[in-house]
Amino acid sequence: MDSEAQDCRKAGGDAKIAAMKILVIEDDLEAAAYLAKAFREAGIVADHASDGEAGLFMGLENSYDVMVIDRMLPRRDGLSVIAELRRKGVHTPVLILSALGQVDDRVTGLRAGGDDYLPKPYAFSELLARVEVLGRRKGTPEQDMVYRVADLELDRLSHTARRAGRDLMLQPREFRLLEYLMKNAGQVVTRTMLLEHVWDYHFDPQTNVIDVHISRLRGKIEKPGSPPLLKTIRGAGYMIKDGD
Amino acid sequence: MSRFRLLFLSTAVRLSALFILLFALAAGALVLYVTAMSERLLITEIRESLNQEVSAIERAYERGGIGQLARVMDIRARQPGANLYIIAGPAGEVLAGNVASVPPGIFDREGWTAEPFAYRRYQEEARQHPPRVAIARIVFLDNGMRILVGRDLAEPGALRLLVRRAIFVTVGVMGVGALILWFFIGRNALRRIDRISDASKKIMAGDLAQRLPVSGSGDEFDRLSLSLNEMLERIGRLNEGLRQVSDNIAHDLKTPLTRLKNRANEALAAGDEEARRQSLEGIQAEADQIIRTFDSLLMISRVEAGSQAASLTDLDLSAIAADCVELYEPVAEEAGFRLEAQIAPGIGIKGNRELIGQTLANLIDNAIKYGDGEGIERLIRVSLAHDGGGVALSVSDRGRGIPADRRADVMKRFVRLDESRSKPGTGLGLAMAEAVMMLHGGTITLADTDPTSPDHPGLTVTLRF
Repeated sequence: MDSEAQDCRKAGGDAKIAAMKILVIEDDLEAAAYLAKAFREAGIVADHASDGEAGLFMGLENSYDVMVIDRMLPRRDGLSVIAELRRKGVHTPVLILSALGQVDDRVTGLRAGGDDYLPKPYAFSELLARVEVLGRRKGTPEQDMVYRVADLELDRLSHTARRAGRDLMLQPREFRLLEYLMKNAGQVVTRTMLLEHVWDYHFDPQTNVIDVHISRLRGKIEKPGSPPLLKTIRGAGYMIKDGD
Repeated sequence: MSRFRLLFLSTAVRLSALFILLFALAAGALVLYVTAMSERLLITEIRESLNQEVSAIERAYERGGIGQLARVMDIRARQPGANLYIIAGPAGEVLAGNVASVPPGIFDREGWTAEPFAYRRYQEEARQHPPRVAIARIVFLDNGMRILVGRDLAEPGALRLLVRRAIFVTVGVMGVGALILWFFIGRNALRRIDRISDASKKIMAGDLAQRLPVSGSGDEFDRLSLSLNEMLERIGRLNEGLRQVSDNIAHDLKTPLTRLKNRANEALAAGDEEARRQSLEGIQAEADQIIRTFDSLLMISRVEAGSQAASLTDLDLSAIAADCVELYEPVAEEAGFRLEAQIAPGIGIKGNRELIGQTLANLIDNAIKYGDGEGIERLIRVSLAHDGGGVALSVSDRGRGIPADRRADVMKRFVRLDESRSKPGTGLGLAMAEAVMMLHGGTITLADTDPTSPDHPGLTVTLRF
């Protein structure tokens, strides 16, 4: 798993940006130690709190880019930590980790103020990708109407995409797929994230459904002779990026 | 004592008290009305008979003058229980009669006395209790003299008294009866509630086979007990299902866990880096598979428990079907299948989008995995249409199909017809589909796509909402 994390860092890391600082509130010390190490290897500074009260204190005292909060915590439950943070005006993006993975649990978690929800057990690559997207250190600003990566251009208003000035004939779903990838350009997006954001389903895709969609999209946006932009990140997912 | 208090507080007692109060009020009003009516009737009759007497006396006067009149009145006045008779002078002074005193001024006006008046007979105490009351008719004779013919109102008065007494007695008896009734009804109800709460305590203590007592009378207590028993039945079934699941988990997870362990041994024994990496990747894949199985099992249990029934919302089933087809179309094509959609637009149902989407995705995935065969068209059809009173969503393939006698089996958890387990899968897809359909109050049926083809009948899975 560590090697996987390194893979991700090599692909997604960017030395120019200051290290992301996150808070992990997790009562399982072994899991927390593993997370801290893996995040460090991915270039992310992770503080750790092992119960809800300590986590709430740290979350209020320090400023973080992202918080990863376990749902079931001693002394103060995760959802209540989030609610309290939000009440006190802390709007740091929160990713909820939970052993409860059902649709309703996700809905209650997001309603409590969480920004993303990841059921346990999860692959670290999945967690890392989501934390990086929540941190939004890379990618395209939300308000941009035109996304650009190298000579690939996507216009969100006119729903058109161009590569090197030539219009791409994309199906509506392909357009949304490309839009999500470009919005998070330079960041790894996992298959589950794509299924969630492009198709709005939260189940495990099991087969390679997403991969085939990606390869179709690839066939439409990549040109022979130009460097490929849509890259496969082994063991993690996909990323649109200019250069290596 | 506290038991008596409980009895008093019981709903039955309070309700019956209210009923009795209302009933007593209504009965009282009815009795008052009836007495008033009969009193009026009696007085009318009295007036009638007085009128007859007056005409008889007038006839006597016409026949024999004042002497005849006095004689007739005298005879009548002497009879036992006689009416009131007075002959008075023109100034209203009493000349003869059987009445000792009448109110002054009674002779001033001819005709019926306006109100019943008090009077006194001869040989009576001055103060009689209750005072005698009568009505009378005054007649002016042509010689200026006046006569009075009246009757005592003791009869209607007695009637009123009788009725009043009857009311008191009745209400009293009713009250006592009600008290006794309250006591028994309330006590009976309490006793049954005690029995029910005893039984539920036993159930709480862990005896899930215990059922609440049913008397067989079909009353509200029975209905309550029956529906609670039904609930217990369902809880029991869920419990049973859960136990089955844990048995299955123990049984069916042993295999992948053993494989996992073997892979770990391999990794430890691996000579070079590449071999170790391969073994570790294998471990990861096995672990993923186990996690997937766990997730599916948990999901089935939770769907079966109906905890998501509350999250059913209005859905565009046509859009979900089209989305799933669109999601799987590239994979199907890559696997050499044509994925055909025959989706009627605008079909809406109440449901859980996530669960239905996942179910449909599983079915399409199954069709891609098992829907192939030599020498047949690789075609998967997803169709959605109104069907009778409901909606039918089906996925058909042209593969080997499932023999009719195995169809019930494949709905069970972990049952896979593919004995070699060469294709990936948890063996839980159809069990989950069934649970999802149960949550939606629908059904799932398996059938041949083309029963005429012996080798490749294909499988059509139909979800009916």
